[in-house]
Amino acid sequence: MEHQPPFPDTVFSKRREHLVVIGNGMAGCRAVEELIARDPTRYRVTIFGAEPHVNYNRIMLSPVLAGEKTFEQIVINNHAWYATNTIDLVTSDPVQAIDRAAKTVTARSGLTVSYDRLLIATGSDPFIIPVPGKDLPGVISFRDMADVDHMLEAAGKGGAAVVIGGGLLGLEAAHGLTLRGMKVTVIHLMPTLMERQLDEAAGWLLKSALESRGQVILTEANTAEIVGDTRVEGVLLKDGTLIPASLVVMAVGIRPSVALARDAGLEIGRGIKVDDHMVTSDPSILAVGECVEHDGNVYGLVAPLWDMCRALADGLTDSHSGYRGSVTSTKLKVAGLDVFSAGDFSGGGACEDIVLRDASRGIYKRVVVKDDRIVGAVLYGDTTDGGWYFDLLKRGEDIAPIRDMLIFGQSFASGGGTADPKAAVAALSDDAEICGCNGVTKGKVVACIGAGNATLDAVRATCKASASCGSCTGLVETLLAVTLGDEYSGERSVKTMCKCTSFGHDDVRREIVAQGMRSIPEVMQKMSWSTPDGCSSCRPALNYYLLCALPGDYKDDQQSRYVNERLHANIQKDGTYSVVPRMWGGLTNPRELRAIADVVEKYDAPMVKVTGGQRLDIFGIKKEDLPAVWADLNAAGMVSGHAYGKSLRTVKTCVGSDWCRFGTQDSTGLGVKVERMTWGSWMPHKFKIAVSGCPRNCAEATIKDFGVVCVDSGYELSVGGNGGIKVRATDFLCKVATEEEAMQYCAAFIQLYREEARYLERTAPWIERIGVAYIRERIVDDAEGRDALAARFLFSQQFTQDDPWAARAAGEHREQHAPMARFTPLDASREMA
Amino acid sequence: MIGEWLDIGWVDEIPVRGSRTVQVTGGDDIAVFRTGDGKVFALADRCPHKGGRLSQGIVHGGAVACPLHNWRIALDTGEALGEDKGCTPVIPVKVSGGRVLLCRTSTMKAAA
Ligand code: SRM
Ligand SMILES: Cc1cc2nc3c(=O)[nH]c(=O)nc-3n(C[C@H](O)[C@H](O)[C@H](O)COP(=O)(O)OP(=O)(O)OC[C@H]3O[C@@H](n4cnc5c(N)ncnc54)[C@H](O)[C@@H]3O)c2cc1C
Ligand code: SF4
Ligand code: FES
Repeated sequence: MEHQPPFPDTVFSKRREHLVVIGNGMAGCRAVEELIARDPTRYRVTIFGAEPHVNYNRIMLSPVLAGEKTFEQIVINNHAWYATNTIDLVTSDPVQAIDRAAKTVTARSGLTVSYDRLLIATGSDPFIIPVPGKDLPGVISFRDMADVDHMLEAAGKGGAAVVIGGGLLGLEAAHGLTLRGMKVTVIHLMPTLMERQLDEAAGWLLKSALESRGQVILTEANTAEIVGDTRVEGVLLKDGTLIPASLVVMAVGIRPSVALARDAGLEIGRGIKVDDHMVTSDPSILAVGECVEHDGNVYGLVAPLWDMCRALADGLTDSHSGYRGSVTSTKLKVAGLDVFSAGDFSGGGACEDIVLRDASRGIYKRVVVKDDRIVGAVLYGDTTDGGWYFDLLKRGEDIAPIRDMLIFGQSFASGGGTADPKAAVAALSDDAEICGCNGVTKGKVVACIGAGNATLDAVRATCKASASCGSCTGLVETLLAVTLGDEYSGERSVKTMCKCTSFGHDDVRREIVAQGMRSIPEVMQKMSWSTPDGCSSCRPALNYYLLCALPGDYKDDQQSRYVNERLHANIQKDGTYSVVPRMWGGLTNPRELRAIADVVEKYDAPMVKVTGGQRLDIFGIKKEDLPAVWADLNAAGMVSGHAYGKSLRTVKTCVGSDWCRFGTQDSTGLGVKVERMTWGSWMPHKFKIAVSGCPRNCAEATIKDFGVVCVDSGYELSVGGNGGIKVRATDFLCKVATEEEAMQYCAAFIQLYREEARYLERTAPWIERIGVAYIRERIVDDAEGRDALAARFLFSQQFTQDDPWAARAAGEHREQHAPMARFTPLDASREMA
Repeated sequence: MIGEWLDIGWVDEIPVRGSRTVQVTGGDDIAVFRTGDGKVFALADRCPHKGGRLSQGIVHGGAVACPLHNWRIALDTGEALGEDKGCTPVIPVKVSGGRVLLCRTSTMKAAA
């Protein structure tokens, strides 16, 4: 059956070629617009659309859902446009087959149309995750106006919605549904939102902002099933959580819509393969938009489509210009959230990050520079310069001349080639605010410097400028330079934690507690970290500080731990591991010894050795075998000895009064009790304890972090000793009368150390720094304070005294032990066959 | 004929800011990393300094810190960063449809 076009060709002098377009979407119609702009008479055009509508702006579906726009307002081309340009539009009738030999297409209604040129612009299909319940009524995607109508209808009834997918689309859907009065939970598989466009820092800011708007955001959440009888009733996660919902929006991704082209035998990769002129493997068939693959890339944003349509129209009118691929940028269209990203921001060897954070205004900006060119940018909170960075990026501009000011944005950086930050700061008025957190003006900072505070640390300590979030550190340093001239050396008394921050360990710890910070990205944002995700020095330190501040509450970040603590064993130089089970107070028994002997034989351990810490170390265990080794040791009642951790290591004891002719007290028994109380705790550095039964001190208690020497009248406690490169004997703390007191002082001392020492500072250097008098004041003189410290220690111990080996043996973090894949190369001749 | 890319599994199987290994019989393991930004890189699992297992290091930005003596190795080039000099072989890797694909020739060369 031949379709009768409404505009018979006879009105034109010559027969026009017939261009048939499949897809009345953004790319299809834009291509036709471009074509008409070049030559309105060359082609007769027929457009097939699966949807019932004229061409509308798909990206504006989000504002329609949010109630900010009506459908009429997002129409790009109305019926009059089709009429004026003599375009035949067929709606609600998807094309179902292409016959390349006959050069015809056939739609669902049976309508068959022949073409001279065919343009496929079918866009993408939403990806539906293959879980049980995915076909229940009430489970929809977010792609077209019909989906929006579904959502509006559900929202009209109120209730709860779940959005699966925390990418651009999912978050826009969640935002719209929230505004429409639904209670929305977003389920996202990855640890951070929009991870393809944003880094950890920006993802964290976004999550916090959405949560403050009442959305529930579950990251690292994996959907197991969509539940419901006749329609959706909720979503069940793999961890067993059930979230009730009357509407589920799946926004986990899109796939180029290629079925039609594949059936027609066109060459397909991830999308329909096209050349630079958007021509497919069949010279009469072109394709454009999200359905194509060009030069290995598929796109999911509109900007590249415009460029494709230009090249396509040029080609159709014989003035070939060609498409060369696109770099894209993304913006989130959610009111009040300014999020922008562009290019490649994964960093890497030759890349350098320039980061600006302003905690009080909630701003994070990161520009990635490689060889003096911008290669990527992530902006949160202030996206005004997004376009500018993107332009510099696309043009590959050399940014060396403006590098120092680049991050402050266009108006600052292009303030004439002479822009001098010093002059700009010098020109500020006295009442200009320098430090937003503490409300300090320029006048006050200058006065403070004038009063003799000649370093950043002195200014911070005196007038508090730059002491909280640090985002004005640069300004304060410039003021120091401007005010003091050559006298300012930039010297600092406080050593910064690492190159990522201008703060020292103590400042960071203090602010974590004062501001109630709860995660590593939060600390990095609130304290203006100069790198996107820290380094191997600050991440473990921050992880520890948070763990110490939030016992039982903080979710340990495995990737911020050194390998030994992540794998609960000591890495050796050949990549194998050593395993040291705990032997309480140095005691053991036949059952444990047998279990160790069995492990040594079963896993072919090349060596077993008595350590300097009174226990046995099994060497040469393979990473893959660790869980099995632990399971065997667990079975004999043994637990991890933490020989690998910044944590309690050993409690050495001597035989004591039970056997020794000089023994005054039960040193072995006390040692075991102390080890039972303290094992498993995480500390700034390793921590060793010993209990000797008399002043002959066979357990070497006076070179331990906490030492007990028993005497007739009680227990002498001493602290801050170590062996090692620089031997330090302990300082005497006090003498106590009972075992209970000895234990309580021990707990209190450990907690003081945990709360106040810097990460990787052992007790010896810590005490040298702060003085033993301070320790006595806190632990000996202040009974109430001591009680409180000990209580805090015991409280936090509740959460850490499960054996990490047992969890691993039972399969936790299995992925850390097994390789992802194994390959055995075949011999070359067989491979060729 | 076997394809040019070896499929080793889903991206999600590699922890963010972490890594997994791929064993190749007769050769070094390959360390496959995933950065905080979700990018995937692969290197021979051997530090240019003294052969430390890079897969066991701390990943930050676009680099990994070797667990043995803390050299920092760039994930994209395999070059040691800062003062240190040395380079570890890079194995081309790509992600397609959520699957991680390793360059077959380089992977097999790692075994040779
Ligand atoms: C296994 C063991 C040697 C042995 O065979 O005896 C040992 C082995 C290591 N010691 Fe030790 N130390 C061992 C007892 C000691 C002792 C003796 C003691 O605990 O009474 C000392 C002196 C006492 C002290 O700590 O003050 C000791 C002082 C050190 C030091 C220097 C510490 C310091 O503050 O200066 C280091 C370096 C460090 O920690 O930074 C160190 C570091 C190491 C490391 C972790 C080196 C490393 O980073 O890889 C070694 C790990 C080997 C492994 O993979 O298992 N080891 N180390 C001992 C394990 C004890 C245990 O059962 O847990
Ligand atoms: C809610 C939402 C928000 C978005 N926000 C942004 C944004 O902020 N920025 C941005 O750059 N991009 C955004 N996008 C992406 C952007 O909309 C797409 O990149 C763009 O629409 C792709 O154009 P296209 O023509 O290739 O596909 P589409 O616009 O989807 O057009 C394809 C058309 O073909 C029709 N069709 C499919 N098969 C057939 C067939 N067999 N027969 C007839 N017709 C068929 C479809 O029904 C559809 O109408 C958003 C997308 C959505 C859904
Ligand atoms: S003394 Fe040195 S070599 Fe011996 S175990 Fe300790 S760190 Fe290793
Ligand atoms: S082996 Fe890697 S740093 Fe020494």
